[in-house]
Amino acid sequence: MSKEQILGAIRRGLRRGPLPADQAALLAGRLRTHPRQLIPARSRIARPAQIDLFIANVEKEFGTVARLPNLDAVPEAVAEYLAQQNLPPVFAMAPHPELRSIPWSERPLLQIREGRAETSDTVALQHGFAGIAETGTLMLPSAPERPTTLNLLAETALVLLRASRVVGPYEEAWDLLRAERGAGDMPRNVMLVTGVSRSADIEQTLELGAHGPRRLHVLLVEDDPDAR
Amino acid sequence: MLATSPAFKENARRALADTGLQKALARSGPSFVARRTAAVAALPEFEQLREIGREIKNHTLANLDFYLEAYEARVLAAGGKVHWCADAEEARATVLRICQEAGARTVTKGKSMISEELGINEYLERNGIEPFETDLGEYILQLRHEAPSHIIAPAFHLNREDWEASFRKSHTELPAERVFHERRDILTEARARLRARFLAADVGITGANFLIAETGSSVIVTNEGNGDLTQTLPRVHIALASIEKVVPTLEDATSLLRLLARSATGQDFSVYTTFSTGGRRPGDLDGPEEYHVVLVDNGRSAMIGTEFQEMLRCIRCAACMNHCPVYGAVGGHAYGWVYPGPMGSVLTPSLIGVDKAGNLPNASTFCGKCESVCPVKIPLPGMMRHWREREFERHLMPSTMRRNIGLWAWFARRPSAYRLATRAAASLLGLMGRRRGRFASLPMAGGWTGGRDLPAPEGETFFARYARAQRERRL
Repeated sequence: MSKEQILGAIRRGLRRGPLPADQAALLAGRLRTHPRQLIPARSRIARPAQIDLFIANVEKEFGTVARLPNLDAVPEAVAEYLAQQNLPPVFAMAPHPELRSIPWSERPLLQIREGRAETSDTVALQHGFAGIAETGTLMLPSAPERPTTLNLLAETALVLLRASRVVGPYEEAWDLLRAERGAGDMPRNVMLVTGVSRSADIEQTLELGAHGPRRLHVLLVEDDPDAR
Repeated sequence: MLATSPAFKENARRALADTGLQKALARSGPSFVARRTAAVAALPEFEQLREIGREIKNHTLANLDFYLEAYEARVLAAGGKVHWCADAEEARATVLRICQEAGARTVTKGKSMISEELGINEYLERNGIEPFETDLGEYILQLRHEAPSHIIAPAFHLNREDWEASFRKSHTELPAERVFHERRDILTEARARLRARFLAADVGITGANFLIAETGSSVIVTNEGNGDLTQTLPRVHIALASIEKVVPTLEDATSLLRLLARSATGQDFSVYTTFSTGGRRPGDLDGPEEYHVVLVDNGRSAMIGTEFQEMLRCIRCAACMNHCPVYGAVGGHAYGWVYPGPMGSVLTPSLIGVDKAGNLPNASTFCGKCESVCPVKIPLPGMMRHWREREFERHLMPSTMRRNIGLWAWFARRPSAYRLATRAAASLLGLMGRRRGRFASLPMAGGWTGGRDLPAPEGETFFARYARAQRERRL
C-alpha cells in the first residue's frame, strides 16, 4: 500500500510513469557493471610503497603493525605482544583454516578458544580478508569462520593479514570480495575498520577506546615477494 | 518531536545569553573547521569528488523509484524484510510491531537522526519497551531528557562538568565520591554501563548512512563501535532509513564515503564503516537472526520535482552547520527541531511546513560558506531564498516586516527618490554621529544595535562619492 503510494509520489514529482523497459535495462546494466568513479592517486603506487602506506595509515589511526616473515612466526609475535601489553596469554580466535594452520603448539602457554567472541574476552584474533592502503583500513567480512563479534567485543583486537591481500583503494577490495563470492552476493556483514574505537562526544576532544577495541594490532605476514 | 522553530527569535535570544552553551560553541566550532580543512587539503582530488558525489546523488534521485525497487529485491533475496512507510506514524507503528513480535523488553539504539525525526524513543516507552541510546553523546542526552543539538555531535552544547553531573545523578549504583580525573574516566564509565545493555537487548535499532541497490545493504558509519554492537548482538536488527539514502552500487557508496568523514569530522575514514545485508547465514556464529529495513518517506517524495529536490542529496555530514556563523552563535537547539544549521533551515520547512519553520531560512547571513563546503554541492543559500519567497507569497511574515519591505521596494523602483532619501539619511546620520563615529542605539533599530554599534556614515552616499571621484579623475 504505502509502497505504491511512495513510488507514485516519486513518479509524480519526476513527471513520468514507471521507467520504460529500455531505460530500466540501462540502469540494471549500471548495477551489474558497477563502474568505478574517480580513484584518488595516493594509493596507485608500487607494491612495496603500497604496503608501507597501509602500515603508515594504520599507525596514523592509533593501530600497530608487526611485519612477520611467515605464519610460523605468528605464535611468538602474539605471545610477545600480549606480554608487552601486560595482557594474559588468553584469546578467542576465529575458526578460520589459515589461523588453525598456525603452529600454536610451539607456544604452549597461549590459551586459545575458537569461536565467536564473548564479552568476557579481553583479546580476540580475527582473520583479515583484505587491507586497504588508501586509509589503512581492514576489510572484515562475516562468515562462519570469521565471526563479527571478534572485531568488536574484546578490548584488544588482533588481526592476521597476508601482505598479498593489501590493495590500494577500496574498489580493489570490493572486487576481491566479488571474486570470492560472486557478483551481488554480500556477506551478512562487512566491516571496514580504520584504527581503534574512539569518541569525541565529550567536548569534541578525541578519546580512544569507546565501545570497540582500545588496541588494534595487525599481524602482517609478508607472503608477497613483490612487496618486500 | 515537538517543534519550537516558530519561536526561533526567542530561542536565539536565550542561546546568546546561555554561558555554558557559548563556552561549548567557542571551544568546538573552530576545531571542526580546522580538522575538515586539513583533511581536504590532504586529498588533491577532493573538489572533483564533490562533483562526482553531486552527480551520483542526482542520478539516483532522477531514478529513485527504480533504485528503491532494485534495493528491495536484493534485501529480500538476502533474507531481509523491507517495510515501506509513508509517514512518521506508520514508521513508529511498524517499529513497535517488529519489537512486539520479537517479544522485546529493551532495545538498544545506534545514533540515528531519522529516529529523532520519527520520535521512536517516546513511542516505544509509551508502549512499554525501554529504548537505550548507545552513542555516547546520545546516551547522555537521554539521561538529561534533551534533544541533540548537532547532527553528528549530539552533545555539542555540553561541557565536561555537565557530563560529570549527569553521570553522578544517574549512575547511583556507583560510589558518589568517585573522581573523574580525565575525560577518559567518563568514557570508561559509560562503556561499562552500556555493555550490559548491549547484551540484554532483544532488538537493535540503527539508522543508515546509505542503502545500496546493487547488494541490498544498509551502511552505518561510526567511530565508537556502538552501532556495530547494536546491530550485531540482539536477535533482531532494525535499520531505519529515509528513501533518499539509496545509491546504486558499492562504488558509488565508496565515492560518497570518501567525502563523508572528511567533511564531517575531518577524518580520512571513520573507524567503523559497516555494510549489513540480511540476517544470520547458515553456519554463522553471531549476528541477528532477523533483519528489517523500515524505509521512510515522511515528506521526502513531495520534495521531488520542486526547487527543493537538491536538498535530498544531503549526506548529513554537518559541514554546513560547522561553518555557519549563525549556528556558531546560537547552537542547534535554537532551530527548534531535529535538523539545525543551514541544512535544517532548508529541510525543516519542507518537512514540518514553512508556516512553522519560516523563521529558519531567515536566520542566515547569506555568506555562502555552507554551499562552498557542502560535499554534494547543495545550493543551500539559494534554497533558503526560495523559502523566503514562499513565506512572503503566503503572507507568513509579520506585517511590519512586509510593510518595511514594501516601503523599500517603492524607493528601489524609483532611483531619484531612492537617492534623495538616502542622501538625506546619510547626511543626517553623518551629522549626528560626527563626534563619536558610531551609534550605540538608534530609534526603530534597537534590535540591530542591541548587539553591536552602527558605524556612522561619513555624510555622503556611495552614489555621490562615486560621482565625485569620477569628476575628479576627469580633471
